[in-house]
Amino acid sequence: MNPSDLSSWTIASARAALDARDVSATELARATLERIAQAEPRVHALLSVTADRALADATDADRRLGAGERGPLLGIPVVLKDIFATRGIATTCASRILAGFKPPYDSDAAERLARAGSVLVGKANLDEFAMGSSNENSAFGPTRNPWDLERVPGGSSGGSAAAVAAGECLASLGTDTGGSIRLPASYCGVSGLKPTYGRVSRFGVIAYASSLDQVGPLAWTVADLAAVLGVIAGHDPRDSTSVPRPVPDYLAALTGDIAGLRVGMPREYFAEGIAPDVERTTRAAIEVLAERGARIVEVDLPHTEFAIATYYLVATAEASSNLARYDGVRFGLRHATIGDSLVDMYRHTRDAGFGAEVKRRILLGTYALSAGYYDAYYLKAQRVRTLIRRDFEAAFARCDVIAAPTAPTTAFRLGEKISDPLAMYLSDVFTTSVNLAGLPGLSAPCGFDDAGLPIGLQLIAPAFGEETLLRAGDAYQRSTEWHRRRPTLDLVAAAGANIGKAGGAP
Amino acid sequence: MSADDAATTYGEWEPVIGLEVHAQILTASKLFCGCSAQFGAAANEHTCPVCMGMPGVLPVLNRRALEYALKTALATGCEIPPSARWARKNYFYPDLPKGYQISMYEEPLAVHGSVDIDTPAGTKRVPLTRIHMEEDAGKSIHDAHDESSLVDLNRAGVPLMEIVSEPEIASAAEASAYLRALRAILQFLGVCDGNMEEGSMRCDANVSVRRRGDTELGTRTEIKNVNSFRNVERAIDYEIRRQIDVLESGGSVVQETRLFDADRGVTASMRSKEHAHDYRYFPEPDLLPLVVDRAWLDELRRDLPEMPRARCARFVAEYGLPAYDAEVLTARRDLADYFEAAVAAHRNPKAISNWIMGDILRLVRERKLDEELRIVDWPVRAASLARMVALIDDGTISGKIAKTVFEEMVASGEEPADVVARKGLTQVTDTGAIAAAVDDVLTRNADKVAEFRAGKDKLLGFFVGQVMKATGGKANPQAVNDILRDKLAG
Repeated sequence: MNPSDLSSWTIASARAALDARDVSATELARATLERIAQAEPRVHALLSVTADRALADATDADRRLGAGERGPLLGIPVVLKDIFATRGIATTCASRILAGFKPPYDSDAAERLARAGSVLVGKANLDEFAMGSSNENSAFGPTRNPWDLERVPGGSSGGSAAAVAAGECLASLGTDTGGSIRLPASYCGVSGLKPTYGRVSRFGVIAYASSLDQVGPLAWTVADLAAVLGVIAGHDPRDSTSVPRPVPDYLAALTGDIAGLRVGMPREYFAEGIAPDVERTTRAAIEVLAERGARIVEVDLPHTEFAIATYYLVATAEASSNLARYDGVRFGLRHATIGDSLVDMYRHTRDAGFGAEVKRRILLGTYALSAGYYDAYYLKAQRVRTLIRRDFEAAFARCDVIAAPTAPTTAFRLGEKISDPLAMYLSDVFTTSVNLAGLPGLSAPCGFDDAGLPIGLQLIAPAFGEETLLRAGDAYQRSTEWHRRRPTLDLVAAAGANIGKAGGAP
Repeated sequence: MSADDAATTYGEWEPVIGLEVHAQILTASKLFCGCSAQFGAAANEHTCPVCMGMPGVLPVLNRRALEYALKTALATGCEIPPSARWARKNYFYPDLPKGYQISMYEEPLAVHGSVDIDTPAGTKRVPLTRIHMEEDAGKSIHDAHDESSLVDLNRAGVPLMEIVSEPEIASAAEASAYLRALRAILQFLGVCDGNMEEGSMRCDANVSVRRRGDTELGTRTEIKNVNSFRNVERAIDYEIRRQIDVLESGGSVVQETRLFDADRGVTASMRSKEHAHDYRYFPEPDLLPLVVDRAWLDELRRDLPEMPRARCARFVAEYGLPAYDAEVLTARRDLADYFEAAVAAHRNPKAISNWIMGDILRLVRERKLDEELRIVDWPVRAASLARMVALIDDGTISGKIAKTVFEEMVASGEEPADVVARKGLTQVTDTGAIAAAVDDVLTRNADKVAEFRAGKDKLLGFFVGQVMKATGGKANPQAVNDILRDKLAG
């Protein structure tokens, strides 16, 4: 098969081809690795390419397929954000501080993907420790948006989104703490799902903000998201916050029938600051849902304006504590010379190991938790968090899903906001509330702006309402073609010999 | 040292003492991972990604540790709030792998309990502020190499209970009595071995003094690093007197943490309040709030063993023991169990108590059989001791011979009856044989017989001794007495 074909494939189409034995998992893996070699010099979506592992996984998948086994991800090439611990494989979190770190354990999600017979082809670039909205905070250089290489892919799961958009895999996993799956999905024109907090285990996912972090899939279509979610969801006794609740058959939920579904439009999400193209496109998308029988209602989420401030207090407070373990003592980077005091070792290690944004957030979070400031910042933020959660509860009394833009604008230019953290933080204005409330949220491509950049429709459901969410998203995609558009990439000439070394791995 | 009267010890000054006890919960595994919690392994042998604080791993609560902490809370009469909450205590140190300790802060596991202690003025109830759970840190080793320190994380994540008293302890002696009472409770529950020397029970003391009658509390210091019951008492006593000296010479007490130097018997400043850590406590997001199932709690309450003070009272009431005996025997659960096992086999509580408090505990001390602060190797089994006392009571052996039998039992592990048979120690109760021996003694001591008959009653003991000697100690002492009196009267 020709690697350039890959760009038009989805999990569903690959599934059919693999099950019919029209293509082997090994052929698919080889084509994917070749595509990676061609696209990576342009996109830099990956921090490492796991070629040997991919071919071994593929061989195993072919054996299972040959034995008549079938499964949603059997033989499907996938990418993991480099925040997922992978046993024996470098796991960097796009930070210098994890230099040389190879975990002796797998994250639960990585384990489930492997058990399902998927083929791991690489680990995706991200903003360092998932802190950022553009992927520019990666210590190993930014990922570029496949739709426009001068633009950011969004963040922090920018590499995961760009890898799908560039045809380097058929699905990827990201994490979403304040929008980190949905925003890059929106910017890169792919579909992305942030499940309910507790739906997917966080075990082995390097923590940024523990009460907000959630694992989720990115892929071209909502149906593909459903296939991946069915594999990665489920209770994990190693994560006390994972919920012991049966995993529904998400693919079976995709009936296309949304007649009578009440779709809420939050007034606060169609307010000032939103780009005209984005607003117009989102309204049009909601209109499509109405055409399929959904009832559109207006709802209010009155505390939306406090979401960003609340998020940046809660998330940074937790981060300041979560990142304390990077101290140069047990693993990763150590910057110290004989004669240095303990404090010197800490200072030099953390100064050299962390990038500017990570330091900024550690400082902010440390401040928010400090004696004398705790009540005014952290505690108040937790109270506002409760108010935001109640906003959604009230709204969901009137509707089944909420529809809104994923982001106020399309992808911005590299460097455009890097020196203005506050402007950067506002990229997440429509996504952080969902994390604060622990709800599932989805972004699906719903159009393009005048510059040809993708726009995302965000759908939000009550906790554990993934079936409804996926059904609505899938119904939308049954009526639209946006998810079939592919970026035109100026691929580098085939360089088969370089497979396995592509991607500028650190 | 008994609990002295604080009023006479410190004059016009009144000490105010609160104790924070860290007790290691006796579980097989650590608080948040499956690693062994046992001491003594090679450095870092008992570690895994969770207790090493590797990226992305998460804590999972050890249910047994929770059960033990709840038992402690119930046994000390605590209230168990509907929910408790784990919190992170943040500070940097190489032996703290995550850079924070998972503990409890604003919402502890248990509140408002108490521990009763004996004082010269009678029973005193020391209120408990709270009991919470937390994980231990690892151990830094600074003296192994010149230029670097080493870290051993075997202890990191071992479960601890912190038991915090109200500042209502009034003297060093009361503090010591409190610690002993608390240790007895923990040991009776089997939740902590209470070994201060090994660090499985640790104590920080908050000490202040004020003039008697004052209602305001004085400035307090916190004393750390005290590793025996004796040293707790010494450290607190020193600190009380130091503070009194400071105040009496017109100075003021500085709020600070002080370390006790056991060699010099003094406390010395470690860090002042200005250098106190800001631990930035906040709720631990990786663990759910701890909602204790009430049915489980009822079950635990129902299954609580008898606590030391209750058992002490019962020993007096049920076995007729003197209060002192009962206190000694119920200071530890294993001792009390041993006593009751022996009494169950032969009901002579006072005699058994005498043997335990005398010979048994002497051997335990001499042979250091209680290094774990529980007697791991009893000199003789409780049932054997009971059978030996039974042999005395049925006249088979005398109390004097019993000492010999006991030593043989300890040395050989034999049953008392076997020792008696092997060494031919059966008491002579044949009055004819005894009478012959008496006649022989009286004949050979005619002068003393005359003195006795002239009124020197004390010579009876001499005659008894001579007869016993002549019979190799096997004569029944009562029979010897009776026959001697009879013949001397003749």
